[in-house]
Amino acid sequence: MTVLDVRSLEIRRGSRPIVSGITFSASRGEVVALMGASGAGKTTILRAIAGLDPIAAGSITVDDISLTPGISHRGHVMRTLHRRVGMVFQFHHLFAHMTAHRNVWLAPVHVLRVAREDAESRARALLDAVGVGDRAGALPHELSGGEAQRVAIARALAVEPPLLLMDEPTASLDPARRGELAATLRHLAAQHRTILVATHDAEFARACAHRVLLIEDGRIRTVS
Amino acid sequence: MRGVLRVAAVVFLVSASCTAVDAQSQPELRWGGDAEGGAPYVEADPGDPTRVVGFDVDVAQLFASGLGRVPRFIQVGFTSLDAAAARGDFDVALSGIEDSPARRARLAVTIPYYEFREVLTVREADSNRFRSLADLRGHRVATLGATLAYDLLADAQARDGIIPITYEDDVHPYSDLVLGRVDAVVLDFILAQRGLRRNGGLFNQPEPLAVGHYVGVLAPAQTRLRDRMNVMLRDAMRDGRLEAIFRRWSAWNEDQPRLYARLLADASANPVAPSSLASASDTGTVDAARTLSGPRTWEAARLYLPALLNAALITVLLSCLSMALAVGVGVLIASGRIYGAAPLRIVLTTWVEIIRGTPLLLQLFVLYFGLAAFVQLPAFLAALLGLGLNYAAYESEIYRGALEAVPQGQLDAARTLGFTERQILVLVRAPQAFRLALAPMTNDFVALLKDSSLVSVITVVELTKQTSIFAANIGSWVLPGAMCAALYLALSLPLARVARRLERGWRQA
Repeated sequence: MTVLDVRSLEIRRGSRPIVSGITFSASRGEVVALMGASGAGKTTILRAIAGLDPIAAGSITVDDISLTPGISHRGHVMRTLHRRVGMVFQFHHLFAHMTAHRNVWLAPVHVLRVAREDAESRARALLDAVGVGDRAGALPHELSGGEAQRVAIARALAVEPPLLLMDEPTASLDPARRGELAATLRHLAAQHRTILVATHDAEFARACAHRVLLIEDGRIRTVS
Repeated sequence: MRGVLRVAAVVFLVSASCTAVDAQSQPELRWGGDAEGGAPYVEADPGDPTRVVGFDVDVAQLFASGLGRVPRFIQVGFTSLDAAAARGDFDVALSGIEDSPARRARLAVTIPYYEFREVLTVREADSNRFRSLADLRGHRVATLGATLAYDLLADAQARDGIIPITYEDDVHPYSDLVLGRVDAVVLDFILAQRGLRRNGGLFNQPEPLAVGHYVGVLAPAQTRLRDRMNVMLRDAMRDGRLEAIFRRWSAWNEDQPRLYARLLADASANPVAPSSLASASDTGTVDAARTLSGPRTWEAARLYLPALLNAALITVLLSCLSMALAVGVGVLIASGRIYGAAPLRIVLTTWVEIIRGTPLLLQLFVLYFGLAAFVQLPAFLAALLGLGLNYAAYESEIYRGALEAVPQGQLDAARTLGFTERQILVLVRAPQAFRLALAPMTNDFVALLKDSSLVSVITVVELTKQTSIFAANIGSWVLPGAMCAALYLALSLPLARVARRLERGWRQA
């Protein structure tokens, strides 16, 4: 079953196209890696799928939600989209004024209207699951890069999105941790999540992804 | 507004008079006065605003002629005349200055050249109800700060339970009496007559509350010049020149010949008692604070401390409430400027620029006096609104900057989690912005604490005003100034400490 369908996608910055003619899809339970040198447009594509940047041409469909050029980025469609798509940013962007625990339970309580107690205990379970349960009370600046990334993954998973986007997840990890992360992503995919990973790390891409797409000069060149 | 226009006229006049007289080579008699005091004392000549006219101008001319000099007017605010005289900014101050024990103790003072009576002015409708201060228990009675009349009211506050309200000028006590903001005015007869001419429906009670005298004031070391001036004044009393001056300004009455007779019969430097409440038959007694001279300053400090603490409380209350208003309105303005539609953003930006681009003093005048014809705000409320709205403009800029300084990544992360824009503001953006805004906010609060002294122009007696009343009464700024500074520091230093602690805590957070 196709969870993500991107067709003839073009994204511009001003009048300059960053990527164009991008077409690919991802199915339920699949890990897809977007590979390419930095500046190739990987992050741009992820941000468009997450509804953070507008698209110039083509379409993005996540489940039953379609994004087309000119769609309002503050409206109801976007909020529905955000329940389908979670994103883990390269620099994590954990809410700087809250503990790791609160970072994770905040959205379930305020967006999904889950009871605070339930959200808190589920957040603890998520933090345990990604291996940072003991850091629940820490503030973001007290976490290491790897810890912050896992908290960010837990935060994204807390709202149970069918599609998870990850931008350069290995940037702050040493090689041993990369293997762990690849295993974690495979494990999540096995639970029927779809994962789209943007990375320039070929070894990691091969280790975690079912499919690898190579982006060069703003177009998809190779599929392996 | 009128006060502000007058200030502008005075500024023009001072600069003009400086250049006009510099051209002459004759020695000058520099004399200080406040042209804001107006006719018949000193005012800008309506026909030629570069000149001053008034009976004090004529008395200055009299001294200058006697000394073979050319008079040169130096504009000094009324409440600063004593200090400027002591500093030697001019040779003599003449501006309807009242003879008082404190002045005699600190400065060289001429013999009196005019005797005045303090009178009670009420609305015509109240002329039978309010005949004396004793009838005004619980009512607001206006006067000029740092005058004999103020002392009278301070006395009556203790004795009769009236509420004294001090003004910085003699125009607004009478206009506020007409408006009903106060129920009586106590000032000298000359000012009361002027108040009656300008406002209809007012009545001067015939029985005087006290008697006082106008004198010239010189630096304490200038006793020889003072003695020469005393000789000139006595000569002018004898040959009718002084009478001619006061007749010209319609200020001559039967009290003056009696005063002159007493002065001419006694050749000493201080032939009559200083102005005091006691000289008005039976209206009151002189209390200790008023008759202070040098050695009893500490006694004065003890007497004034409760009043200063009370005024400090007003300062704290006003500052805290104004800051709360400024923060609330500032947040609304900042949110409107970031999230609002274009027309709202334009309106808010214009508002902020108008408030930041005009003086707080002018805004207070407009709120309290300018709008009085439409809405009569109580003084404290006008002060609170003036300070609060003024600071709201500055706060809004701090918040806008702080909101915009929250990293875009934080907002992106919140959006991908499905928060609404309002939730992002409340849960993520504002809390982080608040931490960034805290240091400049603390600065502003300390500044507001001190700026709150400006509200004395609209009759709120706060710490600085109370201090200047105190200083005027004992004739020195040294001790009152030190006490006032200590109180301000006692208020602002703990605040700065608390803010630093909060900041440290939150930076770690």
